[in-house]
Amino acid sequence: MTFVYERLMGGKSGLSGFLILALFILIVLPLSLDLFRLNLVGKYLTYAFAAISLVLLWGYGGILSLGQGIFFGLGGYGMAMFLKLEASSPENTAIQSTPGIPDFMDWNQLTELPWFWVPFNSFTLTIIAILILPAAFAYLIGAAMFKRRVGGVYFAIITQVIAVILTVLIVGQQGFTGGINGITDLRTLNGWDITSNSAKYIFYFINCALLLTVIMASRFILTSKFGSLLLAIRDKEDRVRFSGYDVSNFKIFVFCFAALISAIGGAMFTLQVGFMSPSFVGIVPSIEMVIFAAVGGRMSLVGVVYGTLLINFGKTAFSESFPELWLFLMGGLFIAVVMFFPNGLAGIWKDYGHHLTNRLSGLRNWVQNSPAGATNKKMVDNT
Amino acid sequence: MIAAGNTDFTLAIEDLTVSFDGFKAVDGLNFYLEKNELHVVIGPNGAGKTTVLDLICGKTRSTSGSIRFLNQELTKMAEHEIVRAGVGRKFQTPSIYENLTVFENLEVSYPAGRGVFGSIMFKRSEEVKKKIEEVAQDINLGDALDTESGLLSHGQKQWLEIGMLLIQDPQLLMLDEPVAGMSVNERNQTAELLKRISKGRSVLVIEHDMPFVKQIAHKVTVLHQGKILAEGNMEKIQHDPKVIDVYLGH
Repeated sequence: MTFVYERLMGGKSGLSGFLILALFILIVLPLSLDLFRLNLVGKYLTYAFAAISLVLLWGYGGILSLGQGIFFGLGGYGMAMFLKLEASSPENTAIQSTPGIPDFMDWNQLTELPWFWVPFNSFTLTIIAILILPAAFAYLIGAAMFKRRVGGVYFAIITQVIAVILTVLIVGQQGFTGGINGITDLRTLNGWDITSNSAKYIFYFINCALLLTVIMASRFILTSKFGSLLLAIRDKEDRVRFSGYDVSNFKIFVFCFAALISAIGGAMFTLQVGFMSPSFVGIVPSIEMVIFAAVGGRMSLVGVVYGTLLINFGKTAFSESFPELWLFLMGGLFIAVVMFFPNGLAGIWKDYGHHLTNRLSGLRNWVQNSPAGATNKKMVDNT
Repeated sequence: MIAAGNTDFTLAIEDLTVSFDGFKAVDGLNFYLEKNELHVVIGPNGAGKTTVLDLICGKTRSTSGSIRFLNQELTKMAEHEIVRAGVGRKFQTPSIYENLTVFENLEVSYPAGRGVFGSIMFKRSEEVKKKIEEVAQDINLGDALDTESGLLSHGQKQWLEIGMLLIQDPQLLMLDEPVAGMSVNERNQTAELLKRISKGRSVLVIEHDMPFVKQIAHKVTVLHQGKILAEGNMEKIQHDPKVIDVYLGH
């Protein structure tokens, strides 16, 4: 039944869900929030990319990745490296012992730009790197694991370990990565001040457009035979294999696609927040992304966006007043959702939402049946 | 290695052995399956019946010996390649995708769009729909195409899985206890189904239900401790003293 519902999400009712979301993030939020809050929403929406990647990977494919922060981080770092190089022009860094390289490299006695930083001088190469490197890394992990039929909890643990390794590597290699502080002090994009108010608005809308595009692309994939196959692999992997499919290729593809989506979110994060640090790469952010997906509904591409917003607003509101309690509350919420509402907000909407729509249409009938609406009566009878 | 000569058999198993930590589940098995033959394998628990099917479809790898399907060696092929070569296998417990409808179950099994990108671009053409409806009629599920398959009865699930294999039009169809848990009526319908679908292909069935075996089998093989105990038609098997001793008598 869930599948039929999701399939329809691509049809008429899916269109309405999509349009309501578009209306909400493109019009309602920008009109009702000040720029500071809108920028905050923009930041939350970058996490929604990772949550959407988990709908494909976890909800449909049954592959729980506790390491989507890896790809979010790679995308974010890619963008940050470009912005940092632009901020580190020889004029800006004239006081350093080696002008023209990022400040943290200079502090760590580096005298020239490491080779892997060089391509990030070019904006085009940076975009290509953001789109390709995380997916390529996912391919390596995926090929190594899925070809050997590593799955389930083992896969989850290994992705988590990779997230830890990456964090340790970033923190440890301070001269190359900026260490625990991350890459900060990012100012311009091709000479355009990214901290200005107009830039913040523009990034917010670019972010929304990308998010909606990603939802459409994901829906295109999920409503195809590939989507049915993902569900089939999740439920009866052997049956799929003995129906003539090379199951590992399907898992590798969806893992790479999920990595790509997360990386786009990471890059947009850096642009809107103005820095990138290892605290968005490791275990905690990766698990938070899983919670966003679980609360929003791991079978719903649109639902997880609301889930992400809800949890992050909750986090902001609660952690201001009860900083110690928030983590417990989020953990408790996660457990409660998984136990009582396995399909999250989207599932609740599906189960109870029709009461609301019935009431609304009842109201419409009442209006139309009143004398003023008598001319419409015939039409209502026909429906 | 001496290249074995080509044969007319659909399936030719020679000197097949598999051992799990020294225990030989299948021990030097020689087995031949002819074209258009409906062959039933019987035997007590632990005789190695299911293991033989696992070996043919690549789920388990043999220790030694050869399995040739239409003169093609299967022992080194990947599972999905064996399927694509024309071997279909039904599992003991119904293995269907319970969250998908009957139509979708059959569509997922349709032998086109088997690659990643092929499946994303796969179109539900009229030809595909027609084939699915045809197979659904065959397995008595013509009226249930839009039913979520998890809601089907046990017997219908078994039929659906057979249908998922039929849509791939395999040259060799292997069924592991297809009537387990079925009512008498369903058994009779399944027997009719098997007789219909064994035309133009070879069918290998594992079954315990003797009246059912009698109804369908062209030829019966009795397996015991990984070896063949007896082979022949049902009449001969039923009167074989060895068979009565290890299997039928108990």
